[in-house]
Amino acid sequence: MLKILTRAMLAGCLMIGAAKAADAPDPTNWPNLLTQAKGQTVYWHAWGGEPRINDYIAWAGREIEERYGVELVHVKVQDTGSVVSQVLAEKTAGTLDGGSVDLIWINGENFAAMKREGLLLSEGWANKLPNFQYVDVSGKPTVINDFTVPTDGLEAPWGMAQLVFFNDTAISTEVPTSMEALLEWSAANPGRFSYPQPPDYVGSTFLKQALYELVTDPTVLQQPADEADFAAVTEPLLAYLDKLHPHMWRSGRAFPQNTASLRQLMADGELEIGFAFNPAAASNAIANNELPDSVRSFVLETGTIGNTHFVAIPFNANAKAGAMVLADFLMSPEAQLRKQDPNVWGDPTVLDVKALPAAARKSFEELDLGVATLSPSELGIVLPEPHPSWMVELEKVWLARYGV
Amino acid sequence: MLKHIPALTLFFLIGPVLAGLMGVLLPAFGVLPSLGGTSLTLDYFQNILSTPGVIRSSFLSLAVGLITTAISLGIVMLLIAGWHGTRFFKLLQNLLSPLLSVPHAAAAFGLAFLIAPSGWLMRLVSPWATGVTRPPDWLIVNDPLALSMMAGLIAKEVPFLLLVSLAALPQSDLRRKTVLAATLGYGPVSGFFKTSFPLIYRQIRLPVLAVLAYATSVVDVAIILGPSTPAPLSVRLLQWMNDPEITERFRASAGAMMQLGVTALALLVWFAAEQLARRTGMRAINRGHRTFADQSLRRIIAVLAVISSAMVLAGIIVLGIWSIAGFWRFPDALPVSFTLANWSRQAMGLETPLQNTLTIGVAATAIAIVLTLACLEQETRSGKTATSRALVLLYIPLIVPQVSFLFGLNILVLQMGGRANVLLVIFTHVIFVLPYVYLSLADPWRAWDTRYAAVAQGMGHSANRVFWSVRLPMLLTPVLTAAAVGFAVSIGQYLATLLIGSGRFPTITTEAVALASGGDRRVIGVYALIQALLPFIGFAAALSLPALLYRNRRAMRANG
Repeated sequence: MLKILTRAMLAGCLMIGAAKAADAPDPTNWPNLLTQAKGQTVYWHAWGGEPRINDYIAWAGREIEERYGVELVHVKVQDTGSVVSQVLAEKTAGTLDGGSVDLIWINGENFAAMKREGLLLSEGWANKLPNFQYVDVSGKPTVINDFTVPTDGLEAPWGMAQLVFFNDTAISTEVPTSMEALLEWSAANPGRFSYPQPPDYVGSTFLKQALYELVTDPTVLQQPADEADFAAVTEPLLAYLDKLHPHMWRSGRAFPQNTASLRQLMADGELEIGFAFNPAAASNAIANNELPDSVRSFVLETGTIGNTHFVAIPFNANAKAGAMVLADFLMSPEAQLRKQDPNVWGDPTVLDVKALPAAARKSFEELDLGVATLSPSELGIVLPEPHPSWMVELEKVWLARYGV
Repeated sequence: MLKHIPALTLFFLIGPVLAGLMGVLLPAFGVLPSLGGTSLTLDYFQNILSTPGVIRSSFLSLAVGLITTAISLGIVMLLIAGWHGTRFFKLLQNLLSPLLSVPHAAAAFGLAFLIAPSGWLMRLVSPWATGVTRPPDWLIVNDPLALSMMAGLIAKEVPFLLLVSLAALPQSDLRRKTVLAATLGYGPVSGFFKTSFPLIYRQIRLPVLAVLAYATSVVDVAIILGPSTPAPLSVRLLQWMNDPEITERFRASAGAMMQLGVTALALLVWFAAEQLARRTGMRAINRGHRTFADQSLRRIIAVLAVISSAMVLAGIIVLGIWSIAGFWRFPDALPVSFTLANWSRQAMGLETPLQNTLTIGVAATAIAIVLTLACLEQETRSGKTATSRALVLLYIPLIVPQVSFLFGLNILVLQMGGRANVLLVIFTHVIFVLPYVYLSLADPWRAWDTRYAAVAQGMGHSANRVFWSVRLPMLLTPVLTAAAVGFAVSIGQYLATLLIGSGRFPTITTEAVALASGGDRRVIGVYALIQALLPFIGFAAALSLPALLYRNRRAMRANG
C-alpha cells in the first residue's frame, strides 16, 4: 500500500494535472467527482473507421468540455485488440498510474480478456453513475451481461447492436429468412453471398448466428465451450459451411475483410445480400451515398444475435474522474437520443425509453429511424451472445478448415 | 565534437533496433516475468509451427519478396539498357518520379479498385464491350498466388529502384561503355548487361536488399491486395499482436522472430542467386554473343513499364474521383453525382493530424539532415570515407522488419518509465528517415569539386567558414532534396507513430489507416490524396527554393 502511495505521489509530482490521481474518484459523490474531473484530458481509444461515429464523438467532446471542463481526445484505433495489448504492455512495464488510455470502446472477448487479466478499474463504477438509473436492465439484459460475462459495473453500456441483413429490393424482393433458405438462395444465385473473414467480429457473429439455428440445443451456447462437446455441437455448422462455401463469392477462396468491405461489394454489385451489426446500417449507407435507396433491411425468422457495446476504464487510467464524467454523459438521454438519430449515427439506445422523463420520452418516440430501418417490433427476437469462448474456438476451427 | 558524430549517429540508428529486437527475443522464448513467463522454453515456436497454414504464409512472404525484387530490378535494368538517353526514357522518368511520393497503401487501394471485377477497368468497357451488367465472380484481387499483391509492389518499387539507379549512372560511365559495346557489334541490351550492369548493381545493391526485406514483411499492401486464406506471415503476425488473449503475446513474439527469419532467408537466397548470376554472367561475357533478342526485349519492357506506371497513376486518379463521388453503381464509368461533402467533412478533423505530421516530419528531417551533414563534413575533414561496412549498418533499420522490433521497443520505452511523448516519436522517425537522407545526400556531397574549398582556404578562411559560406550554399539543392525525401519517409510511418506515441499523436497516415478500416472509398480517396500531396509539396519546395534564393546567380540555378 505504502509503495503504491509513494508511486502515486511520485507520479503526481511528475505529471501536470495528475495531482488528483491519488484520491480515487467516487461516482456516488458526484459533485466531488465533477470537481476532480475539471481540467482533465480524457484519451478515449475508440475504433475510428466510421466518419459519422467520429463526428458523434467529436460532438460529445465539445459538450463535456463546455459543461464540465473535461477535454476529450479521440484516439482513433483500427483494432480494439491493439488497445488491450497497449494496456497490457503498460502493466507489463509497471506503469500502474498515468497510463495512456483513459477510456476504451469495448465489448465481448476484449472485455472478457481485460476483466480476467485485471486490466480494468476494479471498483464497479459504471452502475453508480447518475444516468445508470435510466438504463433498461430488465428489458435489455445484455447491458449487464456482456457475451454472458457479468459486467460487474466494470464497463458502462453505450449502445445496442443487432445483426440485421439487407438487400437491394430493386434486384429482388425475395429474401432468405433462415440459414437453410440462405443455402438454397446461394445455390440459385452463385457468387452473390459472402461474409467477412473471421476473426473479423461480424464474420464471427455470422458463424454464431448459423450455429444458433443449426444446433440442437441452443442453451449449451450460454456455457463455456469447453464444458460442452464442442465437436458434436459444431458438427452441423461445419457441414453447413461445407455446402455453402462453393456457392459463395469467389467460391469461398477469398472473403471481404470486414462489414465495410461487405457493404462496398454490395454497392459494386458483386454481392446481393449484406449484413451489419447495426439496425440502422442500411439507412446510414443510403444517406451516405454508399448504397442505392432501394435497399431494405430484414431479419431471420428465428431471431438474430444482439448485444451491447460499452465503455471501460483501464486500471491505470490517468483521468479516471474525467472518463467517468464522459461515460455518464454518453448514457444521458440527450446523448443517447442524438446517437439513435439515423442522420447522426442510428445506434439504438441502452435506456428504457418508457421510464424516461416525459419530454425525453416524447423525443425518442418521435424520432424517425430512417427509410431502411426496421422498427423495434419488426426486428423480431434478439438472441443473446454465446459465451465468448465459443467465438474463440469457432475462429480456430474456421481458420484451420477454411482459412488456409 | 564533430569527430564523435558518426558514432553517435550509428548509435541512434542501431541502438533502438537492437533494443527492440531484445524486447521480442526474450518473450519468444517464454521469458516475460510480468505475465508469469519465467523459464526458457521452445513451446511458443512449436506452437507457431503447428498453427494451421503458417508454413504456407511464410512461403508466401518469402516468394513475394524474392519475385517482386527480381522483377522490379529486371524492369529497371532493362529499361536503362534499352532506352536510356532517349526521349521516351525522359518522359517515363518524369512520369515515374512523382509516383515515389504516393504512399504504398494509397497505390494499393487505387490498384485494387482498378483491377477488381467490379473495378474501373471493367466499368470502362461495360456493358458496351463485355455485355455484362453485373460484375463477374473472378478472383483477381486477394488471389491465393498473391499475383495482384506482387503487381502492386512492383509498380511502387520500380520508380524507387529507377531513381537510385539513375543516381548511380554517372559513376558507371554508361555512355562510353555503350558506344564501345555497340562498335563491337553488341546489341544495346546485351552490351549493357555485359559492361555496365555489374558496376551499377554493385552501387544499388543495398537499396535492392532494402526492397527485398520490405517486400517480405510489408503489412498494408498485403492486407489490401494480398491473399487472405492464408495471409502472408506479416499480416498474421499483426493479428497475433492485436489478439486480446494475453498469452498470444508470447506467440506474437515468437512470430516476430519467425518474420525476422523469413526475411533473413530471403536475403540468403538472394545472395546465392547473386553468386549464380555472377558465374553464369561471366560465362556469358566470355562466350561473346552479340545479341539476345535485344529488340523484342526493348519493346516488351517499354510496354511493361508504361503499364505499371499507368496503373498507379490511374489508381490515384480514380481515388480522386471517389473522393468527390456521390452514388456510383456498377457498371457506370463515372458517378451519377459529384459532391464536396466528403472533403468538407474530413477537413474539420484534419487540423491536429496535419499539425502533428508537420511537426514530427520537420523535426525528424532536421535532426537527420544535421547528423548527416555532420557525418559528411567529418568525413571530408578527416579524409576517411565511410566504409562499406558502415553503410551496411546504415541499412539495418531498413532491412530488419519493422513489425519485429517496434513492439519490443515500445515495451522498452515503457519500462524505462517513459510516457508517450512527441520527442520519442520524432527520434523513432529519425531511425527510418536518416538512412534515406544520408543515402540521397552522400553522393552529391562527395561529388562536389573540392577546388572551391582550396580556393576559399587559400584566401584564409577556416574550415567552418568554407562549410557555411561555400559548400552548403552550393549544395543547397541536394540538401533540400534529401530533406524532401526524409520528410516523405516520415509522413509514411505508421507503426512507429502509433506504437511509440501510444496513439496520442495522430498523423495523416495513422488517421488514414484508421479510417481505411471503415472501407469507405470516398474517405480513403480524400486521405490518399492528402498523403500523396504532402510529400509532393516537399519536393516542389526543394526544387523551387534554390531557384528563388539564387535568382540573381545564374550558375547556381542550373541544376544546383
